[in-house]
Amino acid sequence: MLAQTDLTKLIFGRLTLESLPLHVPIVLGTFAVVAIGAIAVLGAITYFKLWGYLWHEWFTSIDHKRIGIMYMILGFIMLLRGFADAIMMRAQQAISFGDNVGYLPPEHYDQIFTAHGVIMIFFVAMPMVTGMMNFVMPLQIGARDVAFPFLNNFSFWMTVAGALLVMASLFIGEFARTGWLAYPPLSDIVSSPDAGVDYYIWALQIAGIGTLLSGINLLVTIIKMRAPGMTMMKMPVFTWTALCTNVLIVAAFPVLTAVLALLALDRYAGTNFFTTTLGGNAMMYVNLIWIWGHPEVYILILPAFGIFSEVTATFSRKPLFGYASMVYATVVITVLSYLVWLHHFFTMGSGASVNSFFGITTMIISIPTGAKIFNWLFTMYRGRVEFELPMMWTVAFMVTFVIGGMTGVLLAVPPADFSLHNSLFLIAHFHNVIIGGVLFGLFAGISYWFPKAFGFRLDPFWGKCSFWFWVVGFYFAFMPLYVLGLMGITRRLSHFTDPALQIWFVLAAFGAFLILLGIGCMILQFVVSFRRREALRDVTGDPWNGRTLEWSTSSPPPKYNFAFTPLVHDHDAWWMMKKYHYQRPLDGFVPIHMPLNTGAGIILGGLSFIFGFAMIWYMWLVAILSFAGILVVAIAHTFNYHRDYYLSADDVRRVEASRTELLARHV
Amino acid sequence: MSEISTTYPASAGPTQPLVFHETTESHTPNGTLLGFWIYLMSDCLIFACLFAVYGVLGREYAGGPTGAEVLELPAVAVNTALLLLSSITYGFAVLEMQRDRQSPMMLWLTITGLLGACFITLELREFAHLVSIGAGPQRSAFLSSFFTLVGTHGLHVTCGIIWLIVLMSQVAKKGLIPANKRRLMCLSMFWHFLDVVWVGVFSFVYLMGVLP
Amino acid sequence: MKAFRGLLLPVALLLAGCQTVLMSPSGDLAVQQRNLIITSTVLMLLIIVPVIVLTLWFAWHFRASNKKATYDPEWDHSTILELLIWSAPLLIIIALGAITWVSTHKLDPYRPLERIDASRQLPADARPLVVDVVALDWKWLFIYPEQGIATVNELAAPVDRPIQFKITATSVMNSFFIPALAGQIYAMPNMETTLQAVINKPGEYQGFSANYSGNGFSGMHFVFHGLDEEGFSRWVAQAKANGGDLSREVYVKLAEPSENEPVKFYATVEPGLYLAILTHCVQPDDPSCMAHMEMKPPRTEGEAGAAAPAGDMADMSNHHPHSD
Repeated sequence: MLAQTDLTKLIFGRLTLESLPLHVPIVLGTFAVVAIGAIAVLGAITYFKLWGYLWHEWFTSIDHKRIGIMYMILGFIMLLRGFADAIMMRAQQAISFGDNVGYLPPEHYDQIFTAHGVIMIFFVAMPMVTGMMNFVMPLQIGARDVAFPFLNNFSFWMTVAGALLVMASLFIGEFARTGWLAYPPLSDIVSSPDAGVDYYIWALQIAGIGTLLSGINLLVTIIKMRAPGMTMMKMPVFTWTALCTNVLIVAAFPVLTAVLALLALDRYAGTNFFTTTLGGNAMMYVNLIWIWGHPEVYILILPAFGIFSEVTATFSRKPLFGYASMVYATVVITVLSYLVWLHHFFTMGSGASVNSFFGITTMIISIPTGAKIFNWLFTMYRGRVEFELPMMWTVAFMVTFVIGGMTGVLLAVPPADFSLHNSLFLIAHFHNVIIGGVLFGLFAGISYWFPKAFGFRLDPFWGKCSFWFWVVGFYFAFMPLYVLGLMGITRRLSHFTDPALQIWFVLAAFGAFLILLGIGCMILQFVVSFRRREALRDVTGDPWNGRTLEWSTSSPPPKYNFAFTPLVHDHDAWWMMKKYHYQRPLDGFVPIHMPLNTGAGIILGGLSFIFGFAMIWYMWLVAILSFAGILVVAIAHTFNYHRDYYLSADDVRRVEASRTELLARHV
Repeated sequence: MSEISTTYPASAGPTQPLVFHETTESHTPNGTLLGFWIYLMSDCLIFACLFAVYGVLGREYAGGPTGAEVLELPAVAVNTALLLLSSITYGFAVLEMQRDRQSPMMLWLTITGLLGACFITLELREFAHLVSIGAGPQRSAFLSSFFTLVGTHGLHVTCGIIWLIVLMSQVAKKGLIPANKRRLMCLSMFWHFLDVVWVGVFSFVYLMGVLP
Repeated sequence: MKAFRGLLLPVALLLAGCQTVLMSPSGDLAVQQRNLIITSTVLMLLIIVPVIVLTLWFAWHFRASNKKATYDPEWDHSTILELLIWSAPLLIIIALGAITWVSTHKLDPYRPLERIDASRQLPADARPLVVDVVALDWKWLFIYPEQGIATVNELAAPVDRPIQFKITATSVMNSFFIPALAGQIYAMPNMETTLQAVINKPGEYQGFSANYSGNGFSGMHFVFHGLDEEGFSRWVAQAKANGGDLSREVYVKLAEPSENEPVKFYATVEPGLYLAILTHCVQPDDPSCMAHMEMKPPRTEGEAGAAAPAGDMADMSNHHPHSD
């Protein structure tokens, strides 16, 4: 009998039937919707016999373009989840006044705002930024793939495993109720004994490994694999920002790994790093996590800056104004991002000199950022600005972002921050820069490079609908929060006493509703574009009259990207090629060295998910077995020396010939 | 392979012809060593964090034992010697690798692995002793950070030994092919890196730790 | 351009924002912080407004369909312009940086007050009212050592008399914030932070925790009464008359987690209770009581320094900006 219980404990740990939220109708309803949706999708895949196709062409693919696209899809799916959280919060805060306590009890509401932050940063913005870099950067530098194609696939599946853990927390147990950075002592085992914080730790650790490896991968790609002639100062600006972002990833994510490992030790092994007892120091956690956390902000925004640079130049029909100062500004931001972390907690009491040092370093970052804005401005100057969707997002960004930048500098003045810290003013500020900067940038990038990825443009009508709903919705959702911040209203409250505030929250909820319509239009845009793909087809490979190398190949590009490696003479390499009436080669093809697909990445990702899940629920036996499994698969993979092949010259000729024919038909 | 010529503009272009693509398949330089080096730097940052944490908590004894009371320098000195020696023997293995002499290389690798195993054994003995006298990682913030810093290094050495064994079997199977040589160089960097980190641990934790 | 509409919205909202508590506060410190917010904003608007206007104007004027606009497809550099676009933000930041340095030191919450408000200097013999603040799960305990009373979730102070808050927490981190009085400061276990402030107008003000701390966080607010001298004495007398005794036993019961706690008064407070809370020694057998650890107790009286962590932690956030 006793042995039986022990075995059950060994296998199931602390996971019991009570861990399933069968008594919470909201969660149960969500589960039903998700389950039906999942069954529908899986059923459709089975019905159309797509499993083999997906497995061979996508899941095991080491093609940087496909992995990039999969990252974007992951990011978009998680955006829906993160936004569902957002609209639930807005609804709760819009009704929870006085005697009305709203529809979410604190223990549920607190999970939602934590999950919202974690998902939006780690599983929406990060995968989208990584995906964008993955897809675009190798094409921009004229490479055939990234430096380590298998590692790329593995990184993606680790990110997926992390995302799945967060999703699992919705239906099995609960997510953390600590805020998105899980400050101890609130996140220690005494204050948060349940599985929520463990979900947080393992989801981020597993996804973090993926992010770090992908950072190393892309960094080596940029350093080693640029086309001949492309010196550093001839790289496209998006590639420059990708370089800086990956430097930041490599230099910041280890700190996150370390600090989360220490938190995990506190929770699992009873150590005293961040406890309030026996010498622990919770303030050290706050310092360490922001030493990662602030560079993380720039990891997200720099590639967005890169996208805006490409878009502005392309649609203004002019080279980017001040290329060199753009590059220097990016590098300066990269370096400075490590010197500002303390501005996230001026109110901890670190003395006036320390506070003003970090306040002033923060303000200094606004100088290169301001220079960037002016550069985009003067790129439009004396241009011929075409308001295609990517350019619309860019103009919306420039207007919105400077407002967010201004409130950010205001928050960097320590005495002002003493009043505004942790208030809704702060919430408005960082949504102002993350939505107005990162998200608008990603949307600009998606509509800009979509034809490159799929061979047809996005439908502009639904894109414009989505644009206006998003932009107007953003102002409605977040400008009231600035006002509420000035009223001294703090963040993360699930209930308010003062009914005079309600109107502002209702306005904000209305804004969130507009954004919901924006997301709806965006989905419609994808569907409509897919159905009208023949009408929207891009046969030239250069639908926007682009300037950089990715537009020199077909849309979508062949597996090998370029039949011959391009030679670069100046920045805007493709623009120059067009200027010199470059003719693409029609024969003389040579065999191309290509990497082989492998299933090791998805298997390792799956095992990591099981391992993480087992650790969260104290299923020690499962944890040991899955960890051993990870080791065995990883080692077995190293015994596989057969990782590449040569695509024959005939195959290349066939692909290129079909493109020649296509071009001829559409002249 | 026939030469593909780029056509040059008749009207707009300069007189000097410009070539816009290569006509042969050039091999991109292998980035593995650079990539591994960057990985090591990121690993270095993990250790930097752990050192910083030790720097903050290293004197938080919380009424428990102090470093001077529990750390035994002579045993650690032996340990340090073992690890430094293993770096030298790995160096010999690399020299043999460069001369393509497989058997002596394997011998040096074996010695390296054994030295590493001795290091781990001694370290585990030290840990077991500390736990047995009630100075486990739960006792105080000092001991938490001590066990974590030293233990993380030990974990790295353990991974290094496993990697060494795997790599030796791969060399035995495939010989000193370029891929294996590249892997041996990566492990070499890893091993020397751990050595450097240990020098930091030894000076910062043990030597400074026994000071009153 | 509909983007203009987006611009008008924040302007309208900012006008609405002028009536808010942060924009019309009642304590001298908060007033100075308000002035700083306005000064910095105006300074930044000097560059933000032109940028927004130029963006919209350039985007409109150089639209592809406007064939009358100059088109210069090769123009991508101008040394003078580039100097300008780097130096314009630089100048603003130099000005703002100077303001930041001065104001951060002047408005440091640890710094003893020098004035009551803009027109009145602090009398030389003024003695601050000391209030020990403890953030509990999930309510505020205020101990008045001078008056010998304590309260839960209600705070009062006489107008125009400096107040010195000493702030700590029992289990998790909170932030002590009365927007009308002064900026916030964290309340952290094992540590003590300080806030020096003064209230200039009588009235009832909202106070709360501004750092999320768990389930009962939303209900962790209190009323701060600014009273005249007489009213304050009455308030103290009322506490003495209606309250029980805050002994260690009573405190231990009080410290248990509870939500939406009603106001409570205590007529007496066991001596040394606040120090015991700060050092984890309320229950003498507590393994983490710092008295057992042969450590220096946290610095309290007479040392108006920065956050004094209990024990001599080499804490990253522990700096000593003032020696007075």
